[in-house]
Amino acid sequence: MAEKTQQELLQIRYTPPRQGWMDPSIDFQSRRGSWSYPAAGKNLTYLGFPNPREWSPTDEDWKLPDNWREIIFQGLRERLKKYRSLRVFLDTCVRCGACADKCHFFIGSGDPKNMPVLRAELLRSVYRRDFTTAGKILGGLAGGRELTPEVLKEWYYYFYQCTECRRCSVFCPYGIDTAEITMIARELLNLVGLNINWVMEPVANCDRTGNHLGIQPHTFKDNVDFLCDELADITGIHIDPPINKKGAEVLFIVPSADYFADPGIFTFMGYLLLFEHIGLDYTLSAYASEGGNFGLFTSHDTIKRLNYKMYAEAKRLGVKWILGGECGHMWRVIHQYMDTMNGPADFLEVPRSPVTGTVFDHTASTKMLHICEFTADLIKNGRLRLDPSRNDRYRVTFHDSCNPARGMGIFEEPRYVLKSVCNHFFEMPDNTIREQTFCCGGGAGLGNDENMEMRLRGGLPRANAVEYVHQKHGVNLLTCICAIDRATLPTLMEYWVPEVGVSGVHELVGNALLMAGENERATDLRGEPIGDKEAASDV
Amino acid sequence: MRALSALLIVAVLLGVVWLGAGVAGWHAVFGVAIPYAAVLIFLVGLVWRVVTWARSPVPFRIPTTCGQQRSLPWISSSTLESPHNGWGVTRRLALEALLFRSLFRNTRTELTPAKRLVYESDKYLWVAALAFHWSFLLIFLRHLRFFLQPVPQLVSFLEGLDGFFQLAVPTLFLSDLVILAALLYLLGRRLINSQLRYISLPADYFALFLLLAVAVSGVLMRYVTRVDLVAAKELAMGLVTFSPKVPAVIGTPFYIHIFFVSLLFAYFPFSKLTHMAGVFLSPTRNLANNNRARRHVNPWNPEVEVHTYAQWEADYHDKLVAAGIPLDKE
Repeated sequence: MAEKTQQELLQIRYTPPRQGWMDPSIDFQSRRGSWSYPAAGKNLTYLGFPNPREWSPTDEDWKLPDNWREIIFQGLRERLKKYRSLRVFLDTCVRCGACADKCHFFIGSGDPKNMPVLRAELLRSVYRRDFTTAGKILGGLAGGRELTPEVLKEWYYYFYQCTECRRCSVFCPYGIDTAEITMIARELLNLVGLNINWVMEPVANCDRTGNHLGIQPHTFKDNVDFLCDELADITGIHIDPPINKKGAEVLFIVPSADYFADPGIFTFMGYLLLFEHIGLDYTLSAYASEGGNFGLFTSHDTIKRLNYKMYAEAKRLGVKWILGGECGHMWRVIHQYMDTMNGPADFLEVPRSPVTGTVFDHTASTKMLHICEFTADLIKNGRLRLDPSRNDRYRVTFHDSCNPARGMGIFEEPRYVLKSVCNHFFEMPDNTIREQTFCCGGGAGLGNDENMEMRLRGGLPRANAVEYVHQKHGVNLLTCICAIDRATLPTLMEYWVPEVGVSGVHELVGNALLMAGENERATDLRGEPIGDKEAASDV
Repeated sequence: MRALSALLIVAVLLGVVWLGAGVAGWHAVFGVAIPYAAVLIFLVGLVWRVVTWARSPVPFRIPTTCGQQRSLPWISSSTLESPHNGWGVTRRLALEALLFRSLFRNTRTELTPAKRLVYESDKYLWVAALAFHWSFLLIFLRHLRFFLQPVPQLVSFLEGLDGFFQLAVPTLFLSDLVILAALLYLLGRRLINSQLRYISLPADYFALFLLLAVAVSGVLMRYVTRVDLVAAKELAMGLVTFSPKVPAVIGTPFYIHIFFVSLLFAYFPFSKLTHMAGVFLSPTRNLANNNRARRHVNPWNPEVEVHTYAQWEADYHDKLVAAGIPLDKE
C-alpha cells in the first residue's frame, strides 16, 4: 500500500510554479510511486521490438541507440503522413486552457504537466521546432524545443502517466484527443526501447498464449472448471461450458481477468448462468482467450497483431457471430479498430439473438455484440426470470468506464440491466458520469503496484464521487463494465472509501437470475449470505 | 516575459509602419504592395495548410462519443453528441463551429476545504470566445462596404443592426466595443490565471496583441482621427479591381490599420489561427459513430506478424490433449 496518508495526498496545489516548463529535469528517484518499471528485455525480444535490455529510469544512462534522435524524428515524420489526427491536433491547439483541469491526474496531483494541453505540448514543442517553418526560423520564440535526452525522459514520465481516457477531448473545442497524442508518442518511445513492463509483458503473453495473463490452455480449462464448481455449490446447477467447440452459434470472448481474479470471476459466473438460463449455443476459446488488448497502449500495429485472433478463431470455429464480455479498452478496440484492421468479417452473420429474434443491425459489419446490449434486449423482451431482491444488500452505483463511454457511447444498456436486477440504484454527480466520467487511475497499462501513488491520485476524482453517494445514499457497491476497473478500483476504494466494494454488471445479473432447477440460494455469487444487508465492505 | 516579448514585437511593427508610411511616405508599399503580398500569402498558405491536412489519411474512425450510441431501437440515441450518420455529423460540426458546443460544457474544478471535489459550470471563456468570433465576423462583413460597389443590402443591414443604438457621431458600432472587451478579457485571463499563464506561449500573446492592434487602430481611425472614408474606399476598390492607386489624403492611421490587417492575414496560415479550418477536419468530431455498422477502410492497413492458431496448437499440443480440448490436427 502507498506510504502516504490521505491527508498528505490531498495537499494538492493547482497553482503552477513560477518558472516555465520548457527545461525539464525529472528526478525519478524522488518520484517513486509515480512511474512504472521498464519492460524486461525478454518481452521485447520475444515480440521483436527494438533495443531490448535491462535498465531503470533512475539510471543516468538509459542505453539508447546512438541515433535515437534520428529514429524519433523519422518515426514522427512517418506518422505525420499516416495520421490526420496527429497533424491536426499538433497544429490547431490554441492553448485556451479548457482541458487544463479536466484530467484526473492533474486534479489528483496538481502537476501542471498533467494538464492535457501541456502533455501534448511536450511533443508539440519538438514538432514545432523541427517540422514547422515558424519553429525552424524562430525556435524558442515560436514555442519550439530541442529534443534533448531530458526531454525524452520527460516523455517517458508523462506519456506513461496518461491513461488515454479521452475526457479532455470532450471539452476541447477542436476535439483534440490526448489519447491519440499519447498513443503515437508511445509508438515513438517504443522505437527506441522505452516501454513499461506492465504493458509489454501482457502483450507478449497475449501473443504467445492467447491472453494477457499468460494462462495456458489447460489452466484456462482448470479455471473455468473451478468457477463452474463454485456455481454448482451455490446453485446446484452443473454447467460445462464448451471450449474451442466447432459449429457453435456464438463465440464468447471475455477479458482474461474475468476467469482469473476476484472480483472479475463473479462477473464470469454471471455470464455462465445467463447462457445456461437461455440455453445459448456458445463456445469459449482457449486461443482467443483475451478480450482486452494491451496493443492499444503500445502501437497500432500491436493492436492489430493481438486483435487478429478474434476473427481468425471465429472463422476457424465456424460460429455465426461474436459476443464480447465486460471490458473497457477491449470495446474501444472492437468498436473503433477491429473491423478496419482485421475485417471485413464477411464469413460471419449479423448478430441475431436466438432467444428474442432481435437482429442487431448496429453491428452489421463487425458482427460483434456487447453483452450488455445482448442482456438488455433479453430483459426488455421479458425472457429472463429475475429476482432483484437477491441484490438487496447492495446499494449500487455505476462507473462509466472511459473507453465504452467516450469511444463507443454505451450508457443506457448497462443502466437498464442494473435497474432490472437490483432495487437500489443511485447515480453519481452529473459531472462525473457518462461522457464526463473519470478514469479509475490505472488504465492504459498504469495499474501496476510501483505506480501506486499516481494511481491513487488519478483515481481521486472517481473515489471522491463514490464517497459522495456513499455518504448521501449509503452506496456500498461500485459497478462497472471494465476488467481494468475491476482490478484497480478495489485498491482505490480500499484507500479512499473502504466501505464500498466493486463488481461487474453481470455479477448482479447472475445473482438475480431464477434458474430452472436450482437450489434455494443461501449465498450470492461471492458467497455472501443473501438477505444480509450489511455493507459489502470486505469484498 | 513571454507576453512582453510578444508586445515588443508588435511595438516594433508599429514603429516600422510609422516610419515607413508616416515618415518616409512609402504609401505604395504599405497601401498596395504589402496588402497584396499578405492576401497572397494568406490564400496560398491556407490552401497549403488545408491540403496538407486533407491529404493525410484518416486510418481509423475515432469519434469522441459524448452521448448514447445508436444500438437497440427502444433506447433513444443521441444523434447530436454521438451521431450515427452524416446528417448528425453535420449538425454536430455546425454546433461546434457556430456555437462552440464543446466549450459550452466547460467546468471549473475545485477542491473544497472539506476535500470535496466540485465541478462548477464555467461559461466565461465560452461567452468571450463567442463574443470575439462573432463580432470579428460582423466587422469583417461590415468592411465589405469598402470593397463592393454597390454596397450589398446585407452589408448595409448588418451595419444598421450593429449601429442600432446610434450612441454617438459617427455611429458607435456595438461590435467595436464587444471585440475590444472580448480581446481584453482573453488577454487578461492569460495574464492573471496562473494555469493559463503557465501554458501560454509568446505566440498566444502575439495573436492577441496583433488582433488588438488591428481593432484599436481601426477604432481610433474611425472615432478619433477620423479617416477620410471616401479615400479609404477609393484605395480598397483600386485593390480589388487590380488597378491600385494611392489617394493623396488618407493619413498615417489608415496605413497603420491596413498594415496590421495585412500582418494578420500573412500570419494566419502559419499559426494556431488555422484552428478555424482545423475544427472541420478533426477526426474526433467529424466522423459518425457507426463503427460497427459500416466498415471504415485504412488506406495503408499494414501486414503484421501474428501467432496463428496452427502455431498455437503446435506449441500447446500435449497440454491441449491432456485438458481434453479438441484439436484441428490429431
